[in-house]
Amino acid sequence: MPNTFELIASVTVPSGGQAAIDFTSIPNTYTDLCLQLSLRNSRSGQVIQEGLITFNGSTSGYSERILRGSGSAAISSSGSGANFSLNGFPAGSSTASTFGSANLYIPNYAGSSNKSASAEFITENNATEAYAYMNALLWSNTAAITSISISAGATYTWVQHSTAYLYGVKNA
Amino acid sequence: MPAGSTYTPIATTTLGSAQSQVDFSSITASYTDLVLVMNTKGSTTNYPFLQLNGATGTSYSTTTLTGSGTTATSVRQTNTANPYLSSDAANTTDFVFNAILHFQNYSNTTTFKTVLIRANSASTGTGATVLLYRSTAAIDTITLKLNTGTYAIGSTFTLYGIASA
Repeated sequence: MPNTFELIASVTVPSGGQAAIDFTSIPNTYTDLCLQLSLRNSRSGQVIQEGLITFNGSTSGYSERILRGSGSAAISSSGSGANFSLNGFPAGSSTASTFGSANLYIPNYAGSSNKSASAEFITENNATEAYAYMNALLWSNTAAITSISISAGATYTWVQHSTAYLYGVKNA
Repeated sequence: MPAGSTYTPIATTTLGSAQSQVDFSSITASYTDLVLVMNTKGSTTNYPFLQLNGATGTSYSTTTLTGSGTTATSVRQTNTANPYLSSDAANTTDFVFNAILHFQNYSNTTTFKTVLIRANSASTGTGATVLLYRSTAAIDTITLKLNTGTYAIGSTFTLYGIASA
């Protein structure tokens, strides 16, 4: 049987943190991409903080629809702009040693149509404020995705022990 | 997500012409679970629904948690012949729609079958749906239909098998 779910690259954030996690030179030999994240933001005084995702270094064409549950209510919102805002991941005021998990699936990442993606992610926290998210993502750009950046935003960093794994999925 | 050498493509389709439905038939029973990934556009704004083993009767039900971008709701379908992947995520006239469908234990002949669905359209909504097919038959055919119109040229559908060993 062919192995069609392959690790392309991974990052484990070292001591001192890292402002962004970047995957570059992504080959076009797969059909889909799957990104698995375990992240915690350094921002102090905040329970959650967004992660900003961009493709190919582009700062335009991103839009999303968001469904968020807080444990007591569900809301939906939308956004567009210079990146995908996955808001959020645990930050400085969240329970220590708690990291947020995210799964992004990007079908036809090397195709010639606009790029849609699916995302689920969660923040957990041994306190009232915690969330679960589902996002529909669209990058209105026909270029093949060759790089992915996951930024902690502004002057913040992903803390030590944060991880990111990028997998390629082949349909043949 | 599944990993390793057990994530195996069974069949894939890229539409060379517009189609009102896409079929995966003669699905082997040799896997434990199935995953179907679709990335599509429509001839008009339409809504995909699922048909299993060609069953056209009202043997399906769904529960959906969905967000339109302004409103979060939960929707139920019972005794329906047209179990929709989502009530908000529409297959619009650009490549904005994607869905990932998980069929657990699809080939057993003892239990009714459930399908876990994530459907996305950044233009209209996102959400998750659980679908029940009230049949103990092994799933050997999966059909993706539409309430109206067609899937456009270039739409892609891939079915993967996941083996537990």
